[in-house]
Amino acid sequence: MTRDDRKSAVPLLQVRNLAKQYGRRIGCRDVSFDLYPGEVMGIVGESGSGKSTLLNAMAGHHAPDRGEVVFDTRADGPRDTLKMSEPERRMLSRTDWAFVHQHAREGLRMSVSAGGNIGERLMAVGGRHYGDIRAQAADWLGRVEISESRIDDRPSAFSGGMQQRLQIARNLVTGPRLVFMDEPTGGLDVSVQARLLDLLRGLVREMGLSAIIVTHDLAVVRLLADRLMVMKDGDVVESGLTDQVLDDPQHAYTQLLVSSVLQV
Amino acid sequence: MSDYNFAYLDEQTKRMIRRAILKGLAVPGYQVPFASREMPMPYGWGTGGVQVSAATLTPDDTLKVIDQGADDTTNAVSIRKFFERTAGVATTEETAQASVIQTRHRIPEAELSEDQILVYQVPIPEPLRFLEPRETETRKMHALEEYGLMHVKLYEDISQHGDIATSYAYPVKVEDRYVMDPSPIPKFDNPKLEMAAIQLFGAGREQRIYALPPYTRVVSLDFEDFPFEATKAEHPCDLCGAEDSYLDEVILDDAGNRMFVCSDTDYCRSRRDVGHTGRLGEQAA
Ligand SMILES: [Zn+2]
Repeated sequence: MTRDDRKSAVPLLQVRNLAKQYGRRIGCRDVSFDLYPGEVMGIVGESGSGKSTLLNAMAGHHAPDRGEVVFDTRADGPRDTLKMSEPERRMLSRTDWAFVHQHAREGLRMSVSAGGNIGERLMAVGGRHYGDIRAQAADWLGRVEISESRIDDRPSAFSGGMQQRLQIARNLVTGPRLVFMDEPTGGLDVSVQARLLDLLRGLVREMGLSAIIVTHDLAVVRLLADRLMVMKDGDVVESGLTDQVLDDPQHAYTQLLVSSVLQV
Repeated sequence: MSDYNFAYLDEQTKRMIRRAILKGLAVPGYQVPFASREMPMPYGWGTGGVQVSAATLTPDDTLKVIDQGADDTTNAVSIRKFFERTAGVATTEETAQASVIQTRHRIPEAELSEDQILVYQVPIPEPLRFLEPRETETRKMHALEEYGLMHVKLYEDISQHGDIATSYAYPVKVEDRYVMDPSPIPKFDNPKLEMAAIQLFGAGREQRIYALPPYTRVVSLDFEDFPFEATKAEHPCDLCGAEDSYLDEVILDDAGNRMFVCSDTDYCRSRRDVGHTGRLGEQAA
């Protein structure tokens, strides 16, 4: 998206002064940013930096202490999702929003076949034609590079990388407008990570996905994110276009993060 | 009989159960929690249904008890005797004569009327349980009408068996609102759930009561390309010749000879009494 597009467009998501504290520990402090349609925002930082707290607060998993998470809804335009009723928020989270967990087991039904896992969101929004649901599930298995012949297998029979790809298919099948991802490549072997990243990059481009990706892995944001926020101790210490931030980090902490990656 | 309060339970307990029943009737298909009492019989013997019957019976009632359609199984006989002893009510095997019918796993073949009450024994009242074991979550799913999971189960059925293999406890949607487990009746009985009589469902161990008022709309869940079918064995009854009743398969001998007979024993007998007969009608009679 060019700068001119951004001026004219309504942000898909406007986060304002979002704060969450756990006892005396700061989760995240007064975070504000806009996400425009088709943009991918990366949030990086070490564990304990507040990036996961921020993600879960935005996605409605944990209520923040204050702030706004304004989403441009299809029906009513921009609305603060934190002020929505629980039914509205749950409806949003199975239609226009999606959440990819770090551990595929948390995002999959392990006792349900791959096809059933992908089909669930379709059925949740009223899909009542078995043949259509199955055809879409088969199509999505192909798109995440899982053989269609595995459609009736349970995810417990899948490798870690396949489980993660299945979780992605299950989330994207209804064409959500905003995808939250929590360390989507975490815990996978390096070669498996590379394949998953390639796949994600392809899907992001092809579908024009808007996404917020939390990761400690700068290679992930380098490949996927248009913009970047760097978090430390609950604060955003630096933000900007991904290439600019990574190639010319201004904050001492960002410099440290970038250099430690380069040493690897 | 003088050792017990009428129908065994004390009046306060019956009032508590009646409140749950009334709430269930006011919100058809919604599972109302109630404080289930110890009954002098094991849980598998329908303590939920027995408590609902106890709270429903009046001295003027005539009670019928069936188990899988039959009046003469151990379970049905012992529950019937229990109420004969503790409530002194009249009992019958004739569906039309009964004002209260307690049942396990069947709906009588004869059409019920507005002055009748059908009480079901329910083992597991929660239709979402098998895919979502957390009760906090299933309650929320009912409250928010999040029923996508029910179709996931039917999807899994078709993908594994080529068809919806669920043939008992087939899930239904009540008045376009609550998804309900009709108890383990055969799906053949599902269309009869829309009836003139009051239907009450009691789950003792799970401490839930739910209900269907007369003429409540009850729709069996399905897919457009795999529509619900109220199937049964493709035979007439070998004793009474009925082609419209649910049949049990009975093995006759070691040579593998079988017969199909109405599972509703009263229906079968009353048809034979007026002269209907099936393939084996003469010999068996
Ligand atoms: Zn018969």
